[in-house]
Amino acid sequence: MSKIFVVLQKGDESRGIVEAIVDDNTAAELEEHPALYRVTAPGRMVIRRASIEDHLGRPFDLHELQLYLVSLSGHVDESDEEFVLSWNA
Amino acid sequence: MTIDLRTVSITPLRHTFDHLVRRMGADKPVSRYIEGTMDVQPVENFHYRPTWGPRFEIFDPGHTAIRMRDWYALKDPRQYYYGAYTIARARTQENADADFQFVESRGLADECPPPLRETILDFYLPLRHVAYGGNLNNTAIGGKGYGTAFTQAAVYYAVDQLAIAQYLTRLGLTLGDEESLARGKRAWLDGAAWQPLRRLVEDLLVQEDVFELFLAQDLVLDGLLYPLAYEEADRALRREAGSAVSMMTRFQAEWFAESSKWVDAVAKAAVAESGDNRALIVRWTDEWRARALEALAPVAALALPDSSAEALARVSDAFDARAARLGLAS
Repeated sequence: MSKIFVVLQKGDESRGIVEAIVDDNTAAELEEHPALYRVTAPGRMVIRRASIEDHLGRPFDLHELQLYLVSLSGHVDESDEEFVLSWNA
Repeated sequence: MTIDLRTVSITPLRHTFDHLVRRMGADKPVSRYIEGTMDVQPVENFHYRPTWGPRFEIFDPGHTAIRMRDWYALKDPRQYYYGAYTIARARTQENADADFQFVESRGLADECPPPLRETILDFYLPLRHVAYGGNLNNTAIGGKGYGTAFTQAAVYYAVDQLAIAQYLTRLGLTLGDEESLARGKRAWLDGAAWQPLRRLVEDLLVQEDVFELFLAQDLVLDGLLYPLAYEEADRALRREAGSAVSMMTRFQAEWFAESSKWVDAVAKAAVAESGDNRALIVRWTDEWRARALEALAPVAALALPDSSAEALARVSDAFDARAARLGLAS
């Protein structure tokens, strides 16, 4: 199965987001590049608003993700609560 | 000439401070909150004992019967350190200011019928003095508590209480005048309805056990008073007085929801630490809950003459549900 990924710009906020993604997706792997985080996972990745809020300690709107998002792969299914990336099986 | 572009990855020699590396067992980047909080308070090599209490060290976990292996387990889920806290409050202050200006510029206060205005002033203005008690008590928690995680959040809570007292003053000056503030103080000192609450607040001022003080003031008293004053009473008064009062007490309502997250997290962590802690916390919560409900009953009747018993019952049910969520159901 091909992998999906998100790439986020490094920083205090995106570190919390990355920690939330890694917590929620057991198969997710974090690669650190200069100035970038790249999180990969096989097939499917869920980015949950509630977990990000726990890590950042403040309310978070999932649209705010766009501020740190550099690149991604996979089909996007977005709601107020979740940002899901997946490939059609 | 060709220019070859390549990426050079420079790994930092260290990601955070050594004491945090020792704490986490790994060198990885952490949030500003953790860096500005963990192990900041001195723990050893105290040369002198405080003149006000020579049995204690300057920082001493013995100010409470609660025992924690690690006082830094009492973290703040809002992750407030000085920077984050002041930025968040600057924003709320801007909102509150805009609300007051809106009420003043549209003359919303004048739309409130005069007899009802008296009820509002009689109910809200003495609460300035309750908030000032909350300020003193949380300053005491900040001074005598142990571990920066707990004490810094208590100091923020103290400053917020001072802000609430000031917002209530401003409400008083918008709906009334300086005489209204003086009358509020007289009611606080002599009015029969306020004496049980004043006694409770003053007993809390001399409460020695710092964690008991935290539970009694922040969890129990504020946990019952704020839903009563800023949800129940506010909803009832809004029906006839319009939304001016709701706008002028917006900070209190929003602040209560936010600060409850901190209070809940601290209580939960202390309860989870040991059975002894849990037994103490359950006992203290029960005792102060009974006293606070008794003290709030005559005050509730000032704002809700017909429905104070029902309102207080709803408030105490919601409080019991909250306590059960924290593992405090006895």
